[in-house]
Amino acid sequence: MELLGLYHYWVFAILLMIGFYAVIAKSNLIKKLIGLSIFQSAVFLLYITMGKVDGGTAPIIQAGVENAVFSNPLPQVLILTAIVVGISTTALGLGIVVRIKEEYGSIEESDIQEIDRR
Amino acid sequence: MALFLDIASWALLSIGGVFVFIGGVGALRMPNLYTRIHAASLTDTMGAVLIIAGVILQAGASLAAIKLAAILLFLLLTSPTASNALASAALLAGLRPDGAVTSLEEPQE
Amino acid sequence: MIVLFGVFLLSLMVITALAIVRTQHLFVAVILTGIFSLLMAANFFLLDAADVALTEAAIGAGISTVLFLSALALTGEHESVRSSNRILALSVVAVTTLIVIYATFDKPRFGDPLAPVHQHVSPWYLETTPEAIDIPNVVTAVLASFRGYDTLGEVFVVFTAGIGVLFLFGARPPRNSGSPGTRAAEQGLGLRHYLIPRVVGRLLIPFILLFGFYVQFHGDYGPGGGFQAGAIIAAAVILYALLEGEAQALRVIPHKLLIGLMAGGALLYGGVGVASLLLGGNFLDYSVLAADPVAGQHRGILLIEAGVGITVTGVLLSVFHAFAGRRRR
Repeated sequence: MELLGLYHYWVFAILLMIGFYAVIAKSNLIKKLIGLSIFQSAVFLLYITMGKVDGGTAPIIQAGVENAVFSNPLPQVLILTAIVVGISTTALGLGIVVRIKEEYGSIEESDIQEIDRR
Repeated sequence: MALFLDIASWALLSIGGVFVFIGGVGALRMPNLYTRIHAASLTDTMGAVLIIAGVILQAGASLAAIKLAAILLFLLLTSPTASNALASAALLAGLRPDGAVTSLEEPQE
Repeated sequence: MIVLFGVFLLSLMVITALAIVRTQHLFVAVILTGIFSLLMAANFFLLDAADVALTEAAIGAGISTVLFLSALALTGEHESVRSSNRILALSVVAVTTLIVIYATFDKPRFGDPLAPVHQHVSPWYLETTPEAIDIPNVVTAVLASFRGYDTLGEVFVVFTAGIGVLFLFGARPPRNSGSPGTRAAEQGLGLRHYLIPRVVGRLLIPFILLFGFYVQFHGDYGPGGGFQAGAIIAAAVILYALLEGEAQALRVIPHKLLIGLMAGGALLYGGVGVASLLLGGNFLDYSVLAADPVAGQHRGILLIEAGVGITVTGVLLSVFHAFAGRRRR
């Protein structure tokens, strides 16, 4: 059922673009950050989908079970790092948004550009 | 014996799924927040008990069954607490149980 | 059969993402993001990525929701509908979606064991881990030992985000605030007058901490490790802060201790690397840390995972206190 496998990649494309749309088209800064986190989650989905092997299990070697088929551990390591880095940038981004709200009084992009122009 | 266990697991899991589904329908169709909390939390807890019981039957007598029982205990403690906290927060925000929104209620000390 | 379940979860994720983008109430968007992360974690588990599922559930569905909500309490909750160039954005997005979908037809078949990604380094990791490192969880072995440099960089990224937030919030809020809030919750009293969550919370917090430590030290044998454990322990302390008030939580774990945790974890990780240099090996070569190379690997992995857990706990708690302690307009 090749179509079922391709569905994973299509959902990756759709989620990627939904997140990207939120980043470019919404003017609220927190909505942009949420869209960025959806974008990152879509990339994680792509990598983990690539790592799956038919009939495999999680890459944990049980003692005494010979010739087990494992899914690829390397994309999982990369995505573990990526998740933590994602939350770090989100935390820093939220800090900047809160400071912008305190200094400008608004977190809508159009308002901020208006105030900057004056 | 294994067939009996399988049939019992099937039955428990299906009935648990039906309960969760009813909870979802209730959360959508009920008129205001308090009735929705009532629908969702009761059926979710019952559904969780049934589903975890069905999975415990499949796990047999192993460490996994003990872990599942611990998860069930945790869920039984936290799920009603969460709905209590939700309803309290709604009351504090001023939502009255018949759906009318009044001004901010004073918190009871 | 299980792939059908995965398809169902993926469709739910797309619907949730669409709802997140379309809603104008930011609180709803944040809660839906939590649901999205939980669906993604379930999907990761279906794709045999147990460690990643645990991390996504702990960090994405737990800590991220808390951070967004604390930021939302300081900014506004509603988004005004003023996006002007919507048609251009929609067309760019639609065209790019079609291009990416066209590109996915070239990917190897889903689950193919002969795909290029399974060919080069991964079989070597799977073979070498039982001999050289001898721990069951290959993901922890690769993360902590084979790719130790990447994890060192990651700890430093987390540390940098923590000190970045502390710098940003070191400045006092400007004086021209509006009327101060009158609700009891804004004075940092927490949920003090809610009896049931307090009792159940006090019952559960020790077990959540215990589970956090279990995940930390069990990372060699099953899904787990420093990042998940740091998030779970931080969640336990955040729950305490929600129930007893943020000032009380700061009395239990003061700011100086949090900064010490933040820096201490990263220092521990770097210190293990320098110690292996001083003992005659390369930087972050754990084989020289003990008489037997395999025991040295175990010791090295234990120490650096502890360092990772300590830093992640310190950073997440510092960020939470920075947001929660900010005086609101």
